[in-house]
Amino acid sequence: MRLPLLALLARGPAHGYELKQDLEQLLGSAYPQPNVGQIYVTLGRLEKTGLIEGEEVEQSSRPNKKIYHLTDAGRDELRAWYEETADEPRVRDEFFMKLALAPQTGLADQIALINRQRRQYLTTMRNLSKLAAAENRDNRVAHLLIEGAMLHLQADLDWLERCQEELEEPQ
Amino acid sequence: MSDSPAPVLRAERLVRTHHGEGAPAHAVRGVDLRVRRGEFVAITGPSGAGKSTLLHLLGGLQRPDSGSLWLDGECTDAYSEARWAVERRKRIGIVFQFFNLVSNLSVADNVELPALLAGVSPRHARAEREELLAELGLTGKERSMPGELSGGEQQRVALARALVNHPPLLLADEPAGSLDSKGTREVMRLLTRFHLRGQTIVLVTHDARLASAADRVISFFDGRIADDAVLDGVPPRGTGTSGVLELRD
Repeated sequence: MRLPLLALLARGPAHGYELKQDLEQLLGSAYPQPNVGQIYVTLGRLEKTGLIEGEEVEQSSRPNKKIYHLTDAGRDELRAWYEETADEPRVRDEFFMKLALAPQTGLADQIALINRQRRQYLTTMRNLSKLAAAENRDNRVAHLLIEGAMLHLQADLDWLERCQEELEEPQ
Repeated sequence: MSDSPAPVLRAERLVRTHHGEGAPAHAVRGVDLRVRRGEFVAITGPSGAGKSTLLHLLGGLQRPDSGSLWLDGECTDAYSEARWAVERRKRIGIVFQFFNLVSNLSVADNVELPALLAGVSPRHARAEREELLAELGLTGKERSMPGELSGGEQQRVALARALVNHPPLLLADEPAGSLDSKGTREVMRLLTRFHLRGQTIVLVTHDARLASAADRVISFFDGRIADDAVLDGVPPRGTGTSGVLELRD
């Protein structure tokens, strides 16, 4: 969460709770409720490493709040983040190892493994569809996020299908 | 239970082999299937697995080499082509990948035609058509010709045509197969909406996103049912609303 928080602060100073709300608004229901505690911990670390600076602001009837802003070092860190490309998603290697090793163990049937894995993916796909249906139509970022997750899952399902075709081939 | 109604659809040991050039292709190799009233069943599998052939057998568009098929508890084995044509007007609605609209009839006429053929009065057919087109967001397109519409719109007209006689069973063969992502979502939304109102649906698709709208998914491989899964809506893991995205420190 470090870099997304830095990115949010690139626009201007903000306090922890505002950042939580910004994330929620941007990503909609596809985002697992951001944990405000986790946000404060991360902000503390970013401050310690000099990427952001906090300033206590007095509030009349409440405890002080801390407003953070990006430092030059933070801005450089963010620039470097945008310079890199992200890693590709990885094949579900745990499932693949299970599948590949199943015949040697004699403990599981490969087709049964594929069928069970497919059921889980389909259930997740169904939940994503429901999430997309419930999400505000105008929140394009949230919809793109859900669609991305669905397309990845679709590829995983296609790959299961390929595994099944290969393994069910009559000898 | 003795008083439970017969399944909308019941198939036993359906077999269909295509004899073309070369070796015979075993498209459907002994399929047993029951579809209860109100169910939404998706049949998925790789292309060439025989799933479209299966759907064609269920709608009487092709006849099985052997095996039996019941609609609402009534055996169809002795049905003639003419009888099947009547069933497809009254009891079974079908939508296809390429819409199959009558290209030289207007949208309104395409939708009204099956109602008129079923003996409904022109006034009633018109009222049904108006209601369905409004429901499907096609008001104002009545006079358009199919060729003037987008793919997504044509598929919605095809859906209206399939449902105009309120058939107990809707069969859909790759209904989003020639649509873009937006059209696919639209078809998915509409099928879900009709299903929630009680429409029984059997959908053939290779698209897992579309299949996930159903509450039962059958995986079809090499002419056989490899898996038959009821999707319960239980969220996979307990974290957050969804866990689509997990930001970690």
